[in-house]
Amino acid sequence: MAKIFAVTIILIAIASAIPIVMHMWPMPQDISTHGYLIDEQYTDTMWEAGLSFLASQFLLAFFIWKFSSPKPGDKIKSFPGGAKGLVIAAFLLVGTECLALGVFGVKAWASVYFTAPSANAMPIQVQAGQFAFYFRYPGPDGTFGPLHPDKISEANANFFGLDTTNDPDSKDDIVTAEMAIPVNREIHLLMHSKDVGHSFYVPELRVQQDFVPGLDVTLHFTATKIGKYEIVCTQLCGLGHYNMKAYLEVMSQEDYDAWIKQQAALQ
Amino acid sequence: MRNRHNLAVVLSAVVLVGCAALILSQGVNAAGEGKITGTVKLDGPAPHMKGIDMSKDPYCSKAHASDPAHYETYVAGANGGLANVVLYIDGWTGAAQASNAVLVFDQRNCMYTPHVLAMDTGESFKVQTSDQTAHNIHPNPNPMTGNIPWNQSQPPGSPPVEKSWKATEFIPVKCNIHPWMNGWFAVVKGPYATSDENGNFTINNVPPGNYTVTAWHEAAGTQTQKVTVAAGAAASANFTFKAK
Amino acid sequence: MHDMSTHAVPHGAPTSFIRKHVFSIDHKVIGKQYYALALLAALIGMVLSWIMRLHLGYGSLAIPGLHLLSKNGAPGDVMTPEYYLQLMTMHGTIMVFFVLTTAPFAAFGNFFLPIQTGAEDMPFPHFNMMSFWVTFTAFLVLVASFFTGTGPTLGGWTQYAPLSAIGDVGGPGEGLGVVLWAASIAIFCIGQLLGSLNFITTTLDMRCKGMSLMRLPLTAWAWFITSIMGLTAFAVLMPACLLLILDHVAGTSFFRPSNAVINDQVLPGSGGSTLLWQHLFWFFGHPEVYIAIVPGLGIVSHVLITNMRRPMLSHRVLIYSMGALALLSYMVYGHHMFVSGMNPVSSLAFSFPTLVITIPSTIVVLIWLGSLYGSRLRINSASLFALGFISMFISGGVSGFFLAQPSIDIMLHATYFVVGHFHLVMGVAAMFGIFAGTYFWFPKMTGRMMNETLGKVHFWMSFVGAYCIFMPFHYLGIAGNVRRYQAFTDDYLIPLIPVHKFITIAALFTGFAQLIFVYNLIHSRFWGKVAPNDNPWEGTSLEWSTATPPPHNNFGDKMPVVYHDPYQYSVEGASTDYVMQTSTEQLKNTDEEK
Repeated sequence: MAKIFAVTIILIAIASAIPIVMHMWPMPQDISTHGYLIDEQYTDTMWEAGLSFLASQFLLAFFIWKFSSPKPGDKIKSFPGGAKGLVIAAFLLVGTECLALGVFGVKAWASVYFTAPSANAMPIQVQAGQFAFYFRYPGPDGTFGPLHPDKISEANANFFGLDTTNDPDSKDDIVTAEMAIPVNREIHLLMHSKDVGHSFYVPELRVQQDFVPGLDVTLHFTATKIGKYEIVCTQLCGLGHYNMKAYLEVMSQEDYDAWIKQQAALQ
Repeated sequence: MRNRHNLAVVLSAVVLVGCAALILSQGVNAAGEGKITGTVKLDGPAPHMKGIDMSKDPYCSKAHASDPAHYETYVAGANGGLANVVLYIDGWTGAAQASNAVLVFDQRNCMYTPHVLAMDTGESFKVQTSDQTAHNIHPNPNPMTGNIPWNQSQPPGSPPVEKSWKATEFIPVKCNIHPWMNGWFAVVKGPYATSDENGNFTINNVPPGNYTVTAWHEAAGTQTQKVTVAAGAAASANFTFKAK
Repeated sequence: MHDMSTHAVPHGAPTSFIRKHVFSIDHKVIGKQYYALALLAALIGMVLSWIMRLHLGYGSLAIPGLHLLSKNGAPGDVMTPEYYLQLMTMHGTIMVFFVLTTAPFAAFGNFFLPIQTGAEDMPFPHFNMMSFWVTFTAFLVLVASFFTGTGPTLGGWTQYAPLSAIGDVGGPGEGLGVVLWAASIAIFCIGQLLGSLNFITTTLDMRCKGMSLMRLPLTAWAWFITSIMGLTAFAVLMPACLLLILDHVAGTSFFRPSNAVINDQVLPGSGGSTLLWQHLFWFFGHPEVYIAIVPGLGIVSHVLITNMRRPMLSHRVLIYSMGALALLSYMVYGHHMFVSGMNPVSSLAFSFPTLVITIPSTIVVLIWLGSLYGSRLRINSASLFALGFISMFISGGVSGFFLAQPSIDIMLHATYFVVGHFHLVMGVAAMFGIFAGTYFWFPKMTGRMMNETLGKVHFWMSFVGAYCIFMPFHYLGIAGNVRRYQAFTDDYLIPLIPVHKFITIAALFTGFAQLIFVYNLIHSRFWGKVAPNDNPWEGTSLEWSTATPPPHNNFGDKMPVVYHDPYQYSVEGASTDYVMQTSTEQLKNTDEEK
């Protein structure tokens, strides 16, 4: 029984590793300028965690195999080095592993959160609400008009609560249900929640950030590859959570210019 | 003892005959009832209705691929008729109207059909879905009216939900999964009608008498008109709204 | 050590049925009551997970009879999105609170902590009785939310504000459902606070003569450390739940932000914060993970030592490691909030302790592996589950490396990777600890043996099945599969649906294995083989030196006196390969703890 158990552990360990090694369900491709740092960090961690996983499962299996059928005269043996050796090993191996991952990981994190968006980053506001995203572009004046929560009327397509009659800044604001951005242009995303907690997750962009109701947070990123991607909500926001998404279209500058003109006409 | 039994039998018979007479006489009355017909018009050009971007749910956007969806706040016909206006009798004191058709509020292609569903208080209606994507129905009545709000989903294939409203109120209803989906439950007392695409309407089963007809539109507001209904005849009432 | 002033008021054995089996103040009966509650809760939680899995794998499939559970939630047997989330919330809440907290900690701890310390009972037996009945009440309140018409809350077991604070407008069950949930959890906290108080006092003040702290078995240490965590963690969750209830019933605005708009209506409330809730919740929530798993570490060590016929390489290092886990668990809670919108510098500050916490975890695993080396391992249902625990603990632990790093968390947060991680390390591992404890202690608790064959069948199906369920979760997460979705309609998720189908089948299979366990448990309780003696596994700690099942005051007329360390196995020169703690035999060649 013990030997079958040992073999089972090894088989499970190997089987678990196969989809990772074979990239059967890989991470979505990276289309951001900062994503490679996250991917490198992920790959390093996968090596360290994967090897620790395989080594400890194999060791467990090996010891179960070896020590489960003692002969009557067998004496208890102590692991060479004893507890002290193992504690030192844990500190050295895992300690350096942690320190290395932690220290190098700071770089990837910092690239997302500790840098300011450049001066010519394009501002876009995203509003999350049960259960849809809406986007606002500031229009030719480059300024967003103020929000009036009491004026929000989804029945009249006033998703943000703009007062286009009285607020001059709001007049040229462009509200859309899809997010289009020019490729290779930094985006400064202003995140606003209409009601409860939501999240902005684009796996390809290597971006995930929660919306904080009552507190607007910002994010900046640059997409490097033209295409159509999905923005999904990852923070449980109610019954339609699973259906809360929007498309992100990364376009060439010309396509984007045409698109925004077309959207402006639809307002 | 025996006499008492006889008395009970006689009394029961009297009550039964009385009831039957009442029911029959109502039927006779119905033949004498009049109706109110008319047209609701929109003054000036219909306001531009924005298109709806349904890209968040591919099922919805596919359903409208060839026929883009628009908001339905003002739906005006070619001759200037205004649809989705609810017409009812102000201060109705008569009996509740026997409903002759099942009212259905359908979710079709990620829009509400009809956009405005009029009904009598206590009249039951069905909410159903014809879509292959889940909707939730979230009417939002005023808490002071006594109508109780609800919020329930209808995934594809689920049976219709049957509901009714207690108090008169114009209740906005929304689907939170598809924020553009909005409609109204117009809960009124007594006979009612909703104007069609050409603005035409007919309120049936109105007993002879003097009435105030109210026309309600979700955005344009309300108007009233006094009419006199004669037995078996059709009184006329026409309304003209200005878009706001 | 043996100080009469701190002893429980001696109470005679009860005679009436009610005092004996219902409102009992005997810690052993209370322990069994907790076990029964956990078993009931686990079965409910498992059935909920089956329904969820069926829906996720085969969404278009109507589940016959589902409308009987909820007319509104599953009209015509078709699962609504809200009902899925409601079941999910109840699955999480029931499993975390009423199974993973009650079974390894409250159930086994109650039964065995006083016996292992050599006490007659807990110091506050009436508090102890209250602790169970309060917990039971909490369970009833939670289950009551199924029957409110709008159903239980759908906000997930973490109940993030403001969704949980705005009432019915947020979704079905978000009004009364949340109030019942929060009330249930607040009541539960009271029960656990009372229990923790008893555990701590028992460990510190009720030890018998000769039982120094270091002579306590690892299980007793694990329960002691857990109870300290329980005392501090539940004390934070309770006020958080009370504030949440106030937001619902008293119009306060602790968690309701300004200007929230739903259905085109501005909701009342201003200045409340979702981050406040998250900090309060996770300050409890992370220690809670260790409340669920540390007793498992103790039970597995205890079961393994007996079956390896040797002590661990170091008794003290294991105790210090468990202590370090407990201490660090308070400093790492922010790793649940890396992308929550809190200051990104805090994310780094929380990341380092999270990485550091892998050190004590690794030490525990290495000590287990090192002790396995050169042992004389006996294979039975209990030791199989204990070894399975180690395998699961490793598998669930290594994924922690990813989630401890904020940069990688950007990709993996709120995906199935997280679900796989915590199910393996906290769910399956803790369950394996419970199973190991059950097979091991069953003879002492009932006087009968469990069926070994069924136990092994149960083990094999559970071990393979659990891996088939939870390993694929990690792959889904890496591919970006978001958790808490009731259907996968996003373009990039549709190719992953076959994996979900596989997981569903594995879940049904593994769940079936648990029914074998329940059958074995009930059958053995009444018709199992009678335990051959008081010490069938040849153990050394105090529970094996008393009668089976133990008498009302645990040790009969004579209180035990302890002469040895808890795990004197295979001591050279001793007459048998195990020397019980109460044995007066003199041992040479050992450096016993003082």
